[in-house]
Amino acid sequence: MTTRWFGERVHRREDARLLRGAGRFTDDVGEQALEGCFVRSPYAHARVLTVDASAARRHPGVHAVYTARDLPFGERDLPLLIPHPALTHGRTQRCLAGSTVRYAGEAVAFVVADNRYVAEDAADLVEVEYEPLPVVWPLEAAAEARALVHDDVPGNVAAELTQESGDVDRALASASHRRRFRFRYERGAAAPLEARATWARWDAHEGRLTMYDSTQSPTSIRGGLAVLFGLPESSVEVIAPDVGGGFGPKIMLFYPDEILVPFAAMRLRRPVKWTEDRREHFTAVNHERGQVHEVEVGHDAAGRLLALDVDFINDAGAYTPYGIILPIITAGQIPGPYRVPSYRVRFRDLYTNATPTSPYRGAGRPHACFVMERTLDAIAADLGLAREEVRRRNLIQADQFPYEVGVAWQDGNRVVYDSGDYPGLLDKALNQLGPRPAGDHIGMGLGMYVEGTGVGPYEGAHVQVLVGGKVIASTALPTQGQAHATVFAQLVADQLGVAPDDVTVTTGDTRRFQWGVGTFASRAAVVAGNAMAVAAGMVAEKAKRIAAEHLEVDEADLELVGGQVRVKGSPDRGLPLAAVAVLSNPVRYAFGGGTEAATQFAPRPRPGPPLPAGEQPGLEATGYFSPTGSAWASGCHAAWVRVDPRTLRLEILRYVVVHDCGRVINPTVLEGQIQGGVAQGIGGAFYERLAYDAEAQLRNASFMEFLMPYATEIPDVVIDHQETPSPLNPLGVKGAGEAGVIPVGAVIASAIEEALGVSITEMPLSPLRLFELTRPPA
Amino acid sequence: MIRVNGADRPLPEDPRILLSDHLRHGLGLTGTHVGCEHGVCGCCTVLLGGRPVRACLLLAVQLDGQEVTTIEGLAPDAATLHPIQQAFHECHALQCGFCTPGFLLAVKGLLDDHPDPTKSEIQEGISGNLCRCTGYANIRRAVRRAADLSRGAR
Repeated sequence: MTTRWFGERVHRREDARLLRGAGRFTDDVGEQALEGCFVRSPYAHARVLTVDASAARRHPGVHAVYTARDLPFGERDLPLLIPHPALTHGRTQRCLAGSTVRYAGEAVAFVVADNRYVAEDAADLVEVEYEPLPVVWPLEAAAEARALVHDDVPGNVAAELTQESGDVDRALASASHRRRFRFRYERGAAAPLEARATWARWDAHEGRLTMYDSTQSPTSIRGGLAVLFGLPESSVEVIAPDVGGGFGPKIMLFYPDEILVPFAAMRLRRPVKWTEDRREHFTAVNHERGQVHEVEVGHDAAGRLLALDVDFINDAGAYTPYGIILPIITAGQIPGPYRVPSYRVRFRDLYTNATPTSPYRGAGRPHACFVMERTLDAIAADLGLAREEVRRRNLIQADQFPYEVGVAWQDGNRVVYDSGDYPGLLDKALNQLGPRPAGDHIGMGLGMYVEGTGVGPYEGAHVQVLVGGKVIASTALPTQGQAHATVFAQLVADQLGVAPDDVTVTTGDTRRFQWGVGTFASRAAVVAGNAMAVAAGMVAEKAKRIAAEHLEVDEADLELVGGQVRVKGSPDRGLPLAAVAVLSNPVRYAFGGGTEAATQFAPRPRPGPPLPAGEQPGLEATGYFSPTGSAWASGCHAAWVRVDPRTLRLEILRYVVVHDCGRVINPTVLEGQIQGGVAQGIGGAFYERLAYDAEAQLRNASFMEFLMPYATEIPDVVIDHQETPSPLNPLGVKGAGEAGVIPVGAVIASAIEEALGVSITEMPLSPLRLFELTRPPA
Repeated sequence: MIRVNGADRPLPEDPRILLSDHLRHGLGLTGTHVGCEHGVCGCCTVLLGGRPVRACLLLAVQLDGQEVTTIEGLAPDAATLHPIQQAFHECHALQCGFCTPGFLLAVKGLLDDHPDPTKSEIQEGISGNLCRCTGYANIRRAVRRAADLSRGAR
């Protein structure tokens, strides 16, 4: 394969539009749409006694107010997206709550009015009578189960699953050293700067529904709406336009607006839109991360792991629309890059009266990594060994792949690492970290991780050379800033012998490509990227086939270079790709663009039908890629961190990431993903905290009080790569989207522990929390 | 009337319309983004009389007779990027692009005051804007690059 653009620091194709303010985000779509506003529950758990919308309906400028009773599907539970046999008590919410609300922020009514201002006025006029019920919060209270989130779910247990590899009891019994730990990780929020939004139009004449949605999975939304409204999928178009950050929670489906906005548009015969405000985003959009782990480890005198026994609870929130993917990922990823000869993991997925949870960048892994890395740090401290030495003694070696961990993975397969060089990562990171800086209260942070990326089931791509020679390419998964329009263009350009600037990529538009899954699990470059290469490769083969006839040479003697299909070794013998595109489509009526060359009186290379049997017109192809298993990326983060003993402020003196995501398509884009991920990790480790009170009310639902880091908190990360190709896909790539965030909590904890000499077993931290930890109450 | 990007535009009749909403939905200038509506994220930053302000914290009717520059008015023409835009492109200082218009205009304000900013002036100048994608490192580089491009251009 030609790899001319693969690996190059190609500048982004998508920038010009975004830099000029000419991006198109969902709320930018107007067309005189009516605007919606939700009435949301102020209680975390309550019976809904009455909903009186009469005053709101009478309010000038209001077009409709919907309550559960007004919806033909109001009694139906929303779909459970990923069923699992262990999820014995899966529960999903209704589009609008009818009789019970189970988290503060759950939608109760939906107002549609001339504009958002009027809709908010009218929402205030909707009278809802609640009878408060006992609140299940925090996560530990869910386990105690003095109250229930769902009357018919005993113990608040949605799911329970135990997996074991080896014989943990025996290995623990024979271990010379045993220790127990308890680790607590609180829930966090993705907080993309664009909150969610939906816009829909119903064309009654064509019977066609068009929806703009800030979703990470337009194809799934389309499928769901087609089923719900009884329409053929071909009559439903879902477009994820520019999306202002996703990070996971935008893939949940359905959020109530994703049904109510198109429903209202169909009922009212007017375009309808809804744009979330920041305050409601904090409680209406899924969270993640809440887990409590009880751990027992057995190891030998040299610090080698013998057995690991983990029992953890996962905060599902009020419902389980996303199934038990999060605890499955955690369970699968706790061993990380280390050999754990005997491993047992049990989890219980517990309901709480808080916003439901689903993957947020890292998805079950930051907490898994925290458990393992904190355990290794403790072993190092116990044995008086350097932290890196304990890791070195336990790392899976480069000649041990494929490596089977012995537990289940989120794609239905087992956890099997495909390739890697973990000791190499550690050495490189320590090298890059450099010597300990001078000064007091400085700690070293160290954390390693693996990440199962590029999960299936599949993605596809369509690639076409237009008669002018320009190339268009599309795939169904959408983009939230990952530079797909650039990296996919690089992959296509390599196959077709053109420049990335000649390739225009469309993502996330079911009108352009209807089959696919979505953007999550660091999978776009792996799954859609390989599909792009497959489709473009098919186009290249077709171009050679057509050109071979016209040039009267063997296909095998042709190559695609510089926008030409030409004879190898004879660069002057060839056809422009544009001419091949013309010839690929025999026409009766020339329509410009050189198409007269494909009309019936133009010279033809062979007798027989103008379009050969089995051939399709157009220089285009559709290709798919479906991986047999996840491609396992890996990495090592290391840092020097100073904690001011007086203010307990954090100062990150140096932060190093050595990352292995297989072959690198575009280093600039990859480094951007890692730097951004580390920033999100630092935010989640030390600044951001969802401050719930005992009644499960989120007390800091604003950017004034939920402290996301500014530039002042985030250092320039030193980034280095190691390339261990994945054997599981032709490009040899692995995903990178989540890598930056995964070990940051573990790294910061490790560094602070050393800097201050206090034991750190929880996340997130803050100056206040460090104050409490360093000055225990008398 | 309000002067936006050099042209006189109407003000809304309803006095409670935010400047951010008026720009976006009244005037169709959707490049001004709204991330929090409480003045923290900086996505809605525009220039008012050349100074960066939060459009979500102003009522449109307050600005009668005043001059506002939005992201649509930053580039000199349709074929040329402003040096700040060019620098953000070269340095990969944007990912999803949602916070970008606010950053660009905040940086415009910064460089107007400090054509050759120090590291700490750069840090200070962008510390009122949130970005959730980039982790800021490339934005810092882009500000430095923009200063160099601007001074070279003069």
